[in-house]
Amino acid sequence: MKEPLTFQEKQILVSLFNTLIILVAYSYYLHSKYAAFTDQMLNDLQFLGKAFLMLIPITIVVQVVFLIIFHIVVRIISSEKIPEITDERDKLIELKSIRISHWVFISGFFMAMGSQALGMKPFVMFLALIISGFLAGIVSDIAKFIYYRKGV
Amino acid sequence: MKSEFISNKIRTQRFFAGEMTQQELADKTGVTRQTIVAIENGKYFPTLELSFRIAYVFGKTLEEVFAYKADEDPVLIKLKKSKDKTKPI
Repeated sequence: MKEPLTFQEKQILVSLFNTLIILVAYSYYLHSKYAAFTDQMLNDLQFLGKAFLMLIPITIVVQVVFLIIFHIVVRIISSEKIPEITDERDKLIELKSIRISHWVFISGFFMAMGSQALGMKPFVMFLALIISGFLAGIVSDIAKFIYYRKGV
Repeated sequence: MKSEFISNKIRTQRFFAGEMTQQELADKTGVTRQTIVAIENGKYFPTLELSFRIAYVFGKTLEEVFAYKADEDPVLIKLKKSKDKTKPI
């Protein structure tokens, strides 16, 4: 018999959904705003830095808003008690998933640095960092979900 | 990750404690209900601290709540095998 999803598992799925939404929305935003990417623009470190930094507050705001909505929805439609504490199992799962996501991000970081060592354009470094950042978030959520579901 | 060599009798102890619910046990031991479910199903091994706390709630010793089968422990089996290999014939 399949076990129903626990609160933590649902929360992870919401987080994963958020990450994917942000990834799609951010890509679309950059593409529509800077449709006419000039070669000069793509290699302007100031522009790339701004585009990267802009992502951080947007991600935080979207994640917080979605989590608030999720908590409200769970309280309204489900009789499940929302855990108010983070216990040792939650902390262990968090640590294990962070370790996996760090490896993913570090791989992306090395690829980014490698692209510069090979003389590629700064835009390649920017892309490698952005993609590895998103991948690290997605992998972290998937790892957490598996640990909660299969055991740790 | 289900273990065969470490088991527990939390479900039985809950029954003898007046059919204590998982939520009640979770509240008394300071963890979430999901963690109690995972321990009961053998999907999570609690720390020694939490194990003692669970046993304390039932008024039992650690051995009365948790069981350990050394002959099924993969680490001990592996160590025994490597020891046998290094033994002179």
